[in-house]
Amino acid sequence: MGEVRFPSTSTARFGHVSGRGADGSASAFRAQKQRVVLEPGRADRTYWSDLWSYRELFLILAWRDVAVQYRQTIVGVAWAIIRPLLTMVVFTAVFGDLARLPSEGETPYAIMVMAGMLPWFLISTSLTNASNSLVMNSSLISKVYFPRLIVPVACSAVALIDFIVSSVVLIGLMIASGFAPAWQILFLPACLLLAIVAGLGTGLVFAALNVRYRDFRIIVPFLMQLGLFASPVGFSSSLIPEPFRLIYSLNPAVGVIDGFRWCLLGGQADIYWPGFLISSAVSLLLFWAGVRIFRATERTFADVI
Amino acid sequence: MSSVVVSAQSVGKRYTIGHRAVDRAPTLRDALVKGAGRVVRASSDILQGRAVVAGDETEDFWALKDVSFEIQAGDIVGLVGRNGAGKSTLLKILSRITDPSCGRIEIVGRVASLLEVGTGFHQELTGRENIFLNGAILGMSRAEIRGKFDEIVDFAGIDRFLDTPVKRYSNGMYVRLAFAVAAHLDPDVLIVDEVLTVGDADFQRKGLAKIQEAARAGRTVILVSHNMGVTTALCKSAIWLDGGLLRQVGPAAEVTRGYMMETTTLQGQFMSSLEGDAGRSFRVLDVQIRDAGGDVRRTFSCDESISVVIDYFVRRSVPHLRGCMEILREDDVLVMVSDSMDREHNALSALQEGHGTIRIRIPERTLSPGDYRVSLNFSGAGGLPDQDIDCPGHVAGFSLDDHLTPRGNARGGFFSSRLDWTSDCEV
Repeated sequence: MGEVRFPSTSTARFGHVSGRGADGSASAFRAQKQRVVLEPGRADRTYWSDLWSYRELFLILAWRDVAVQYRQTIVGVAWAIIRPLLTMVVFTAVFGDLARLPSEGETPYAIMVMAGMLPWFLISTSLTNASNSLVMNSSLISKVYFPRLIVPVACSAVALIDFIVSSVVLIGLMIASGFAPAWQILFLPACLLLAIVAGLGTGLVFAALNVRYRDFRIIVPFLMQLGLFASPVGFSSSLIPEPFRLIYSLNPAVGVIDGFRWCLLGGQADIYWPGFLISSAVSLLLFWAGVRIFRATERTFADVI
Repeated sequence: MSSVVVSAQSVGKRYTIGHRAVDRAPTLRDALVKGAGRVVRASSDILQGRAVVAGDETEDFWALKDVSFEIQAGDIVGLVGRNGAGKSTLLKILSRITDPSCGRIEIVGRVASLLEVGTGFHQELTGRENIFLNGAILGMSRAEIRGKFDEIVDFAGIDRFLDTPVKRYSNGMYVRLAFAVAAHLDPDVLIVDEVLTVGDADFQRKGLAKIQEAARAGRTVILVSHNMGVTTALCKSAIWLDGGLLRQVGPAAEVTRGYMMETTTLQGQFMSSLEGDAGRSFRVLDVQIRDAGGDVRRTFSCDESISVVIDYFVRRSVPHLRGCMEILREDDVLVMVSDSMDREHNALSALQEGHGTIRIRIPERTLSPGDYRVSLNFSGAGGLPDQDIDCPGHVAGFSLDDHLTPRGNARGGFFSSRLDWTSDCEV
């Protein structure tokens, strides 16, 4: 008996298989097939073109993160407004009213705090999200191929949306106190980009470390808490004594916040250019290092995660 | 017109394991402590004049070594081999999840694998949204998904629940939707892993249908199954991996015969070599067939109960873990299927992290005398095959003898249960 026998559950229905999808039309767009070569180090050479060809996945993942965050619309929107609003109220009360620290020029203290709070939350949210992103998406990473850089970058889209929602608070404050920004606001997009570069760059380093050492999850929120007070969020960076200002500017958040205040507060905020340049350079350096470290460890994520 | 779709030339994958895999520092704190320990040890070595060997805490393990093969367009190729033979590693390399350490693979066209069923589904999102999300993750463009959207919904039969978050879906609906997306991928090379042995009959049928359909449409299918019957029936050729090396490539019938001859000679015990799967959440370490007294044996009497004892290791707890045991006769006829969900309480649904044992008791007088093989498969939530969970397949064998009935070993049939014969002449 030459016939092969196999378990009945799977074979009894062989005859009923339908021909769905087995049409001839498929061959038309099959003509231009891509050729994939897999060999050690190959991914490195085609990395950036791969990244580009996966842009739709990037958009969808970014959309997913935003959609999930804002799914319960009330909670999502409220969170993006309440968090900076309450922090601003506390900071204004403590630093402005109790400690009587000076504001930037004639700016109301609340507006000055808010103009620093928005970029700070943009940095810290994109950093935190990016650093958790790989572990959160571990099931994807261990099962499907795509350039891993997509995951943390898509996460910072949520931070950007949060930023846009929170800026309603600042706009409200400005309208209420009749405060109008000047021509400097045209440079806001550049500062926005700088904030994302600073947050994402550091986030990429943490994301890679997070895969390797799980307790980084605990370290990141702690660092962000320290950063909130170490960065000039509740006060103006002009309070820092002159000899220390350059060193203080090594904190990338300093440049971003100073830049935001300069853009938003019209002529009221003087910017300390050497500090701003150093801070921006540190941000760019961190971003470059972040991408490098991420790329170097990316190949092993699927093996480790 | 036959052209080569997949061509692999001396592909190898090296993992660094040994001490590092066992106690690889999972936290920074551990790493710092370990780092300090290493410095102390190294300096004491130097003080004692011993050579400090760099990398003395690691050793290389080749999950795959020097594997070369070619697959023709339109072929259905079976990939067989014991657990840890390198099948999963090869699939991971083919689907680009991990890079080979050496060698070169050329693939023409798009690769998709059914082991990705449901990957990336988000509980909070609706069915409609998940179709787009999952499609994009599996490599479809938005235009492509939009074009096939109606077909996918129709195939899954969930049109009424399209705008309901999938967390409210029943298990069946969830699986159907996940499968529908994957089934409409139209890849050039389709990788199917274990779907035939996991999940319910409907899922198995769809998996098989998909393979046949893909083959008819001229696609290439790489099928991994522990079911040699299915492999021989579906596949033209087969690749046999053994310990990371290529053991045999050739016509499916020939390769599976060789493979089966070797696996069935295993004496009731399962040779465990799971180094390649060390990262999985659920791992099967060993499987034995034991008698009521706990002794490992090969031959049993029909009148004693038999226990299939599974030693496992849970690295991360798997919610809703589900097990399935198949008992096959020597000639590959499926005799019995037992599922951990047969009873209301699934004993596997909440296994603690760490080592443990699962016991499946087959009562006395269940099966007819003869030779049997036991196949085990495990799956996660939704009955989906999961790369993160061991699916050992054929793990052990045993023989039954009937000593106590007049008919004895000549019984035949499937069962040896003693049925009640009564007549109205007796009391």
